[in-house]
Amino acid sequence: MNLTYSETKDSLTVKLSGEIDHHGAKFAREEIDSALNKKMPDKFILDMSSITFCDSSGLGLIMGRYKTVKEYGGEIFLKSPAPTVEKMVRLSGLDRLVRIID
Amino acid sequence: MSEKRNTVIKSRKKPPAETVNSFKCSFPAKSVNESFARTAVSAFVSQLDPTVAELADLKTAVSEAVTNSIVHGYKDSPNSLIYLSALYRDDGTVCIEIKDKGCGIPDVKTAMEPAYTTSPGDERSGMGFTVMAAFCDRIKVSSAEGKGTTVILEKRFSST
Repeated sequence: MNLTYSETKDSLTVKLSGEIDHHGAKFAREEIDSALNKKMPDKFILDMSSITFCDSSGLGLIMGRYKTVKEYGGEIFLKSPAPTVEKMVRLSGLDRLVRIID
Repeated sequence: MSEKRNTVIKSRKKPPAETVNSFKCSFPAKSVNESFARTAVSAFVSQLDPTVAELADLKTAVSEAVTNSIVHGYKDSPNSLIYLSALYRDDGTVCIEIKDKGCGIPDVKTAMEPAYTTSPGDERSGMGFTVMAAFCDRIKVSSAEGKGTTVILEKRFSST
């Protein structure tokens, strides 16, 4: 899995590409958290548009980042998840905590 | 004449679905093999000309089951083996079995509840079984404590 960062004054976007499973989730979690803790952006956007595979480890990853962002009072967005990912997000009820955007 | 007609009607009866193709393999319970398992299943079922959505659903379900065996069944002991077998029938039903000889699940019913997890600190969503059930047509879980767990996933592919 690859991570690409882009930022504005009050937002941080992390674009994930490749596959999210239990094997790769730990690395992504640590990487993203170090970027989040440095900047503490008002808006944190997880760009899922280049994810080719995601299982429930991805849900854990989103849930964990939601907690981190929530703690300092920020907001988290999920950008362009594939239909299977969106289905899982809704199945878990995460869509009530994380806003899905195009 | 009428006998002949009866014979024709008889032959129209739907025969039970027959296995067209199958494969079996085993691999060490290493997390890097989560992607191997779903890719192997994906390559196998591509013979059925599945839709992108069907393939994504099945790959996700397989990944969940294999991850469960690695993380929960074997508790990250990479020398243990996971047994994967798959078949498809002439009615388009795919059947995947994921088996481990790990610690087993004491209470399968509780383990299958949404958001249930034995390790909440590890950012586990507890959605593995829920995802498997939602992305397949049928799921069967049998487990015995100290002996292991077998998950059977069944999914009907529309293209056939």
